[in-house]
Amino acid sequence: MAEVRAEMVANVWKVVVKEGEAVSDGDTLVILESMKMEIPVLAEEDGVVAQLKVAEGDVIQEGDLIAVIE
Amino acid sequence: MLIESLGPVLVANRGEIARRIIRTVKRLGLRAVAVHSEADAGLPFVREADEAVPIGPAAPAQSYLDAAKVLDAARATGARAVHPGYGFLSENSGFARAVIDAGLTWVGPSPEAIERMGDKINARNLMEAAGVPVAAGTREPATDLDLALAAARDIGYPVMVKTAGGGGGIGMSVARDERELAKAFEQASRAAARFAAAAAAGGAGDALAGPAILLERYIERARHVEVQILGLPGGKVVALGERDCSVQRRHQKVVEESPSPGLTPELRERMLAAAVRAGEAVGYLGAGTVECLVDADAQDFVFLEMNTRLQVEHPVTELVTGLDLVELQLRIAAGESPEVAPVTVGHAIEFRVYAEDPRRFLPGPGAITVWDEPVGDGVRVDSGYAAGDTVTPFYDPLMAKLCVHAETRTEALERARKAVASFAVEGPKNNLEFCAELLEHHEFVSGDYDTGLVARMRGGGPA
Repeated sequence: MAEVRAEMVANVWKVVVKEGEAVSDGDTLVILESMKMEIPVLAEEDGVVAQLKVAEGDVIQEGDLIAVIE
Repeated sequence: MLIESLGPVLVANRGEIARRIIRTVKRLGLRAVAVHSEADAGLPFVREADEAVPIGPAAPAQSYLDAAKVLDAARATGARAVHPGYGFLSENSGFARAVIDAGLTWVGPSPEAIERMGDKINARNLMEAAGVPVAAGTREPATDLDLALAAARDIGYPVMVKTAGGGGGIGMSVARDERELAKAFEQASRAAARFAAAAAAGGAGDALAGPAILLERYIERARHVEVQILGLPGGKVVALGERDCSVQRRHQKVVEESPSPGLTPELRERMLAAAVRAGEAVGYLGAGTVECLVDADAQDFVFLEMNTRLQVEHPVTELVTGLDLVELQLRIAAGESPEVAPVTVGHAIEFRVYAEDPRRFLPGPGAITVWDEPVGDGVRVDSGYAAGDTVTPFYDPLMAKLCVHAETRTEALERARKAVASFAVEGPKNNLEFCAELLEHHEFVSGDYDTGLVARMRGGGPA
């Protein structure tokens, strides 16, 4: 199991995957936007998106849980 | 019209540039009106204005990009002129027109000039016709991938892919083959769609139908050098020297200096003359910037784009010319014809202090606990924040501009080292450590550097 957390304060600009979806290492899970920059958040291992904790338009803080990959 | 009749001046911007414009407006004895989002209510520019009007939530589309709200604020405060700063609505011809239609003075070039230069493809064709050198590239927008692939075959790889509208390096990338072009085209299309949405939100009505993508021959060892021009009433255009903006990450500028250490006097003279021709070709009025790419090896240049507004890095020009560009903009907007001697003295360098980590340059907004600016001879800091303020994720990461001026480049570098070392910022991440590193880097110190410098410093990483 891998927890994917936010590296910075950001807005969730796009949610690319759904809960239950299979993902591979390097796949984009969500795209954050902070300070006019798009920051893709990537899966760091193969697995299934067990939990997705953010929705488009959310403002998230550094360290907030974005997703859990199992 | 006299300058006295221009006020109150509404500053339709935020952060360091709003603060900097307000300073000159007040020095000229005019009232300054700020507009601000909810997120910015506590920032220095709001406090320092004579009057401040809240115009909505943090999201730029609902505040700083909302033309109707800005115009309402102008009406409510009795403002008689609008200064747009840079970014946001500054290059939105629809907004410029709305300001003029409301009976107010627009501190900028005519809406027609903004329109003609705003579309990069149109601007490029116009410059070519005016005898300004341009890079091999698309004369019509590439609206789908097949057109882009065909264009790239004609131009030859590598190509630079960018959106015809928009700016700030967003959506720009280099493609070295067809596979990379497909990716670059998609990225630029996404950026184009966002620019179109922002323009529509601003009430500009010039949202484009499809993605308008521009391809240009990519120059490998290029310097990014731009010329500051000033169009005076009566049609005369003067060039106020150049700025070298080759220190870039993600195609966005980090450091700018004037004069450029990479131009021969002969090339400088040709570039300044071409910039004057460019300005005259569009009947340019006020401050503008002609951006060029210089082939460092061939000592030749091509026109890149024209920015029809005040530039972030304008302090570099102010330091070497002794002029106040905002004052000149206001005087020209008021119909005055100021005497401008295009003489430059010494060497100036600007460092953009960004809220980002100094290794990967990823955003790091946060609350500022310590903010201590350097002071001293030949040091100028234009900042948007102070201790106790919060840098939020809603806007660009520019916190301050640290500028130095000295007789020679060597002295300016030394002055910069001391100033960077004594600038204390805690809370948000910041790139001062990168600035210090750059100031010791042999390429930068020698002056013989190009737009690939930051990537080389980071081992080919993000730049």
